[in-house]
Amino acid sequence: MATPTMERATPLAEPAPRISRERPAGGFELWSWLFMRLSGIVLLFLAVGHVLIMHVMDEGIDRVDFGFVAARWASPFWRTWDWAMLTLALVHGINGLRVIAQDYVRRPGARFAVNASFAILGFVLFVLGTVVVFTFDPSRWGAA
Amino acid sequence: MAKRRADVGTLYRGSPGQWSWLAHRVTGVAIILFLFVHVVDTAVVGWGPEAYERVSSVYHNWFVLLLELGLVAAVLFHALNGLKIMVFDFWPSTVRHMRPISAATTLVFVLAMVPIVWIMGGSVLEKLGWL
Repeated sequence: MATPTMERATPLAEPAPRISRERPAGGFELWSWLFMRLSGIVLLFLAVGHVLIMHVMDEGIDRVDFGFVAARWASPFWRTWDWAMLTLALVHGINGLRVIAQDYVRRPGARFAVNASFAILGFVLFVLGTVVVFTFDPSRWGAA
Repeated sequence: MAKRRADVGTLYRGSPGQWSWLAHRVTGVAIILFLFVHVVDTAVVGWGPEAYERVSSVYHNWFVLLLELGLVAAVLFHALNGLKIMVFDFWPSTVRHMRPISAATTLVFVLAMVPIVWIMGGSVLEKLGWL
């Protein structure tokens, strides 16, 4: 065990002060820990890129209308981008809510209800988003 | 854990890690709540131009544009702070340099926000007729 280099005004409650951050020892929580980081790296590009393209550059959201979406989704590249972002962001976000619920929702029954509600909501939105991203066909309304 | 006298009246003694931990949670919750709404409003595109125009017209309101600026800030902060978390987690020895790394992360965030506030703030003022 390395010795801490910094002087502390008050003694730590833990018998051995830890220098690095905690990581789950194994099992589901370790996979969750790893998933949050890996999906985070991917979302760094997908979500930050999305936000900059759609909300900041070239008039931002003002130029986004039905025709804009139709032109954008004419390319399988953007459909794939949006679907990957949808999937990763939902799982990343709902897993994040689960981690937060571990801190603030103490009763096991209530925590289960909270987690189940978000999981169901996430699944419904995933299905809705997936169907729209892959079945959207602007020619039904005579648009390009 | 029992409170020590020195803890009373302080919020975790204000280390930068505590503040960014809190901000990471707050921005994360804000983003996922927006995402719940955003998946639905985007899905309306599958019901044709009229329905989509009606729903997406909400985004042309100046106050919603202001919230949108907040959303962009939240995404950017969450992304940069997440990157910082990964540096600490994958290279634990860097935790010793937490203060300068936190300061650098904040600096990058603030610098990135300058042009974004300029651009998006401009369109908020335009909507208000002040520009």
